[in-house]
Amino acid sequence: MSEHIMSSKLYYGIWIALMCLTVITAAVSFVDLGPFNTIVALVIATFKALLVVLFFMHVKYTSEKLTKAVIISSIFWLFILLALSLADYSTRLFS
Amino acid sequence: MSDSPIAMETHGPELRHHFSSVEQQRDAASLGMWVFLATEIMFFGGMFCAYLIYRYWYYNEFAAGSRSIDIYLGTINTAVLICSSLTVALGVRAAQMGKRKLLVFLLLVTIVFGLAFLGIKGVEWYQKYEEHHVPGNSFNVDDIIHDYPQIHIDPRHEQIFFSLYFAMTGLHALHMIIGVGIFAFLAYKAWRSAYSPKYYTPVEIGGLYWHFVDIVWIYLFPLLYLIDRKPLR
Repeated sequence: MSEHIMSSKLYYGIWIALMCLTVITAAVSFVDLGPFNTIVALVIATFKALLVVLFFMHVKYTSEKLTKAVIISSIFWLFILLALSLADYSTRLFS
Repeated sequence: MSDSPIAMETHGPELRHHFSSVEQQRDAASLGMWVFLATEIMFFGGMFCAYLIYRYWYYNEFAAGSRSIDIYLGTINTAVLICSSLTVALGVRAAQMGKRKLLVFLLLVTIVFGLAFLGIKGVEWYQKYEEHHVPGNSFNVDDIIHDYPQIHIDPRHEQIFFSLYFAMTGLHALHMIIGVGIFAFLAYKAWRSAYSPKYYTPVEIGGLYWHFVDIVWIYLFPLLYLIDRKPLR
């Protein structure tokens, strides 16, 4: 999967980006953005996860389409679990 | 690749007979690991789903509970895990390039980071234990209720937050302990020269596992520590 050897500079760059995003997400949580606090935190977390998956886990450089299909479908299945569960619980009318 | 039996005899010991090439063998191992990680996503997904529903129902208790967790230790632990992911990525690179000593060193550094994470996690849990925030008979959140008089807090709902906190961080810590064990095994095998640029699959898929556990923490950190840190009005 990863015959492609990435330069260590790129790894250090990803590491610096992840560290900066960690500090940013912790700092931003102290700022009152209303409902956007959660959204910003989750967007930053997703961006960090994407960096790890694409570069540290070499998915960006894999030629194996099956691997990508497994990743995308597992995330989609998780989305089904969360979205349909919430669609149920958030529309119940009991107090 | 030729199908003749003579050609099959000429491949190196790293290639199993049922694969036609080293690349195919590596892709198959990697795909298998990703399928396992897909089951792990659903495994953690159940907990994230429970978290989502209870947070939706008992937002006040979740926000107050989140404030009572040590954000500084949580941020340091996130940084520790990111550093460990870097050493894993560099370790896989060292294996690809056949640098045995560097690989062993990076695997050992990863173990140190993993143990540091678990140590800091233990300190956090001990703080919660001393504050009687561990769900059970001695569970008591009068201090949290006292700290936030402007918010209505039901202790039973607060207990659900802490149950999820301990279940999710506990399950994550269990994965970390298993990861440290895997990496100790990899370091031992790497030291015994088991891996080469032609065959480093265990390092690669062990690395995939470690990065996955890191990603779980990347989501646990904002969901547990950063629910509501903004100044109270």
